Amino acid sequence: MSKGTLYDKVWDEHTVTELPTGQTQLFVGLHLIHEVTSPQAFGMLRERDMEVAYPELTHATVDHIVPTADQSRPYGDDAAEEMMKELEENVREAGINFSDPTSGNQGIVHVIGPEQGITQPGKTIVCGDSHTSTHGAFGALAFGIGTSQIRDVLATGCIAFEKQKVRKIEVTGELGDGVEAKDVILEIIRRLGTDGGVGYVYEYAGEAIENLDMEGRMSICNMSIEGGARAGYINPDETTYEWLAETDEFVDDPEKFERLKPYWESIRSDEDAEYDDVVTIDGDELEPVVTWGTTPGQGVGITQPIPAPEDLPADKQDTARRAQEHMRVTPGETMEGYEIDVAFLGSCTNARLADLRRAAKLVKGRQVADGVRAMVVPGSQRVQKQAEEEGLKDIFEEAGFTWRNAGCSMCLGMNEDQLEGDEACASSSNRNFIGRQGSKDGRTILMNPRMVVAAAIEGHVTDVREMKEVNVA
Amino acid sequence: MSGTDDIPTVDYVSGTGVPIRGNDIDTDQIIPARFMKVVTFDGLGQFAFFDQRFDDDDTQKDHPMNEEQFKDASVMVVNSNFGCGSSREHAPQALMRWGIDALVGESFAEIFAGNCLALGIPTVTADSETVTALQEWVDENPDGTIDVDVEAETVTYGDTTVDVTVDDAQRRALVDGVWDTTALMKSNAQAVREKAQSLPYVTLDE
Ligand code: SF4
Repeated sequence: MSKGTLYDKVWDEHTVTELPTGQTQLFVGLHLIHEVTSPQAFGMLRERDMEVAYPELTHATVDHIVPTADQSRPYGDDAAEEMMKELEENVREAGINFSDPTSGNQGIVHVIGPEQGITQPGKTIVCGDSHTSTHGAFGALAFGIGTSQIRDVLATGCIAFEKQKVRKIEVTGELGDGVEAKDVILEIIRRLGTDGGVGYVYEYAGEAIENLDMEGRMSICNMSIEGGARAGYINPDETTYEWLAETDEFVDDPEKFERLKPYWESIRSDEDAEYDDVVTIDGDELEPVVTWGTTPGQGVGITQPIPAPEDLPADKQDTARRAQEHMRVTPGETMEGYEIDVAFLGSCTNARLADLRRAAKLVKGRQVADGVRAMVVPGSQRVQKQAEEEGLKDIFEEAGFTWRNAGCSMCLGMNEDQLEGDEACASSSNRNFIGRQGSKDGRTILMNPRMVVAAAIEGHVTDVREMKEVNVA
Repeated sequence: MSGTDDIPTVDYVSGTGVPIRGNDIDTDQIIPARFMKVVTFDGLGQFAFFDQRFDDDDTQKDHPMNEEQFKDASVMVVNSNFGCGSSREHAPQALMRWGIDALVGESFAEIFAGNCLALGIPTVTADSETVTALQEWVDENPDGTIDVDVEAETVTYGDTTVDVTVDDAQRRALVDGVWDTTALMKSNAQAVREKAQSLPYVTLDE
């Protein structure tokens, strides 16, 4: 069993009691809710005549079904409108803070928490969405939960959990030019498998991780779940504190910042912490990673050959064969040159300001290839506004990208942004499952955001390291 | 039937039965996916087994759940691997809202049984002959009461009592009244509040 890790410490800090079921009753410091998974839970609460126990520790947004083109009400899709109305009513009744689209603060739940500063080190954070692991980038203990558990949290402010093991993943060295956080996590999932993290919480550490900005750290923690781990975290440090100091929570309240900092420091994993497992990855060796298949674990370095199914472990061969048929890729070849129809720069993995800034440098002065439908969907209204002020929107639009409003959009195709037929999509999102982007014949290739815009410009998957970037004034 | 700390114990379910025959009945049949784009589980009862019960033009098909004699049933008698397929919680929700309080069957898919437990619905098992005999008895005695004794692991109908199996953990959770984590955790509300106040970052509204 692990000892002295951030996970152990935050777990202990939040333990209320042991339950007769053998689980631990854990206090929840922040409950994030959105329109798709919360309504049923509110319904159950009403059925039992219960109230929201800690509305002040709950925060709502809309992201999954919100249209990213025309956002005027009522929404074109009746079901979307109904879900939105339901959420509005629920939060009003319970007195829950709501970053709604008229507030200028709306966005993907995993983008707005960190940007408003409510995501903090040493908090327990839950949300009815599997990518809640994102918030671990700040040293929070953050998990996705199911509908009955949302009801538990609404009614009691707590969650019943069993403690998990901790695996430390140490990424040493320095990432090369053109290699991003997204490549690190795709490589981790490729090596450890999509189920490698089952039963574990991942602690990401090492020089290459410490040198990442917060956006990069979030990209990594975000995809912990694709690696089978329900949570992933990074110990808070100066980079974390610099981000926090600028957020709504602290910018006008430096006293609060100073008051909480010792707590944040205290929950860092001890030097001599004990882990259930340790894995080391050499960051110097990494190159941009793209997926060739239909699970996030089916990835390969951009210059490396797509593996032959028979060279993979026995239990992976069958899915690999089916995936290669679906994707129409040939073992032995690289993914470079794979033609695309759509480029999607968005999602809670990679639609933050730093992602858009880096991508824009590459786009400036270039054009999206003929026949490619390319779109940028900022992760939040704040990202959108800031990007527009900095001129990033113009750069993208001049190059032929469409610029959308904030939301999940084509990450899961629950609104009007969807793949059609067998379109191939270079995507900065996190899941390449068949049907994920709205078409059962659609083909998704996951990659880092600069690789996405590079593919948009070339019309096919390309090695971003071979493209020069232009400085954005 | 009130357990400790306000969580009902479910050591006993009693009511008339409804037979649903067939192996490998998946959650898509129990509640078709198109009924899932909803904001509450409330109205799901009417959609339970919808495509088995209704034609495309909504006319009723032959199905036990459409029969007047079974409409007040609370014990569903099923065959093997009931509830396989997707993990949607909508499936047991739909059955519960239609009126089902317990299921007796040859076997149940694990996630489905787990979802049932979260709602306090026992899923008890017996061998194929026992289940078939019970289904036939229900057909002949639609008004007859079936007693499902979770603690004693028996099912009694008419003059017959048969042994059934209840998964150990499920039996303990139901009989001890610890299946409902919401109620369980709510009973510690005071300790929760103290925990909240002890955390440096929490400021509570008073
Ligand atoms: S952007 Fe995609 S992965 Fe992230 S919360 Fe939305 S749907 Fe989920």
